[in-house]
Amino acid sequence: MDQPPSSVKLLGSWADSHTHRVQLALKLKGLEFEYQEEDFINPSPALLLHNPVYKKVPALLHGGRSIVESVVILQYIDETWTDNPIMPADPSERAVIRFWCHFTDDKLAPAVGLVFSSSGEGQKAAVDQVHENLKLLERELKDGAFKGRRFFGGDKIGLLDIVLGCGSYWLAVFEEVMEVKLIDPESFPVFHAWLRDFEEQQEVKETIPAIDRLLEYARGIRQMMLSGSINNAAASSG
Amino acid sequence: MAAAEGIEVKLIGAWPSPFVLRARIALNLKGVEYEFLQEKFGEKSELLLRANPVYKKIPVLLHHGKPICESMIIVEYVDEAWPAAGRAILPADPYERALHRFWASYIDDKLNPSGAALSKTQTEEAKVEAAGQVIAGLKLLEEAFGRLSKGKGFFGGDDIGYVDIALGCFLGWLKVMEKTSGVKFIDEEKMPLLAGWAERFCAHEAVKAVMPEPERLEAFARKRAASAKAPPANQNTF
Repeated sequence: MDQPPSSVKLLGSWADSHTHRVQLALKLKGLEFEYQEEDFINPSPALLLHNPVYKKVPALLHGGRSIVESVVILQYIDETWTDNPIMPADPSERAVIRFWCHFTDDKLAPAVGLVFSSSGEGQKAAVDQVHENLKLLERELKDGAFKGRRFFGGDKIGLLDIVLGCGSYWLAVFEEVMEVKLIDPESFPVFHAWLRDFEEQQEVKETIPAIDRLLEYARGIRQMMLSGSINNAAASSG
Repeated sequence: MAAAEGIEVKLIGAWPSPFVLRARIALNLKGVEYEFLQEKFGEKSELLLRANPVYKKIPVLLHHGKPICESMIIVEYVDEAWPAAGRAILPADPYERALHRFWASYIDDKLNPSGAALSKTQTEEAKVEAAGQVIAGLKLLEEAFGRLSKGKGFFGGDDIGYVDIALGCFLGWLKVMEKTSGVKFIDEEKMPLLAGWAERFCAHEAVKAVMPEPERLEAFARKRAASAKAPPANQNTF
């Protein structure tokens, strides 16, 4: 059942990729929403109320109820506002999308985060892990479930594009800040092409912060990590 | 790999795995006939490695030769691929679905790892702390039960649903852990709702035929420990 758009509110953080996922999905659905910026370190009473289990962004407030966990939120959005679907209709295709979403958050994102929070031998191992994970995605794009598609969702951006795309920009940011090679266009041509195409989309450009803001943010966090004044868990990553 | 004759649904798994149990319960709820392909302990079959090259883990559902991986993704797939059969595993309402998905994620992201951590503890002090974490998690689910069940017997309401499957699969191993640790996890006085639910779940037609007896699980765990391997509950086989 469609709700009046003004009843949607998003609690988020400007540099948080999970927040971007939700913002992008709402934009793709043409939904207006109120946005409240949250501080990672000092969650507001509203955030603590609406996400008592995790106390984290993003939290979507709709019709007096709250939904948390970005992939749960994305599916909620898709199932509540059914125009411009971001999930395929076929059950086995849906299972494939869900699998790679899980892979992104379970394997790829932690590996990318580890690149950022480690150094020396540990970092080298983390970089290798990122490459291993990207290889799997590259293979799936080239020869597997997503062969021949412009986006994971087909001709248009879908849920997996949103989940993977909002976070993949950290690859370029970390490459510069950490001086490591994460997403070499020669090693991952199809993934690279997908990411460029994704980032060119109007709604994506409106959602993801400018790269120099992200660079500044990343450098700041890295500084704090190296000086020991912040623990690794506080750093958000794709 | 289309089956020329016989059963078009196959499940690659192993009888002690709670994750495999999830898939079996879902298939039973829908009355779907399937062939159970038991993996040999200590080695992974060619079929499994081909069907799940990313994680190389059970369970894997094969439907018309197409592999579906990750236990809760399999459960959702079964719900969507046989929509007219049995009863819906996920509710129809998007918000209720979000709640079920949230708690299933919580079980996999927080509760199960806290259980795995407990089984690895070496000192009494560490054991007490780890047990406390598991109980704290179960308490949240006790509260969630009140919200989700709406006064009925299961998280899914009148019948087993998504969260029931996500949590119930661990009840056998939970009983084993209670015996080996001496800690009562689902105390009738402290968690009356879960205590009642646990009995109903284990007695359910779709569950009792496939849920291994705790004694059998215990014997299995002892055998595994004797051969210096970690018990299955640690392995996150899913």
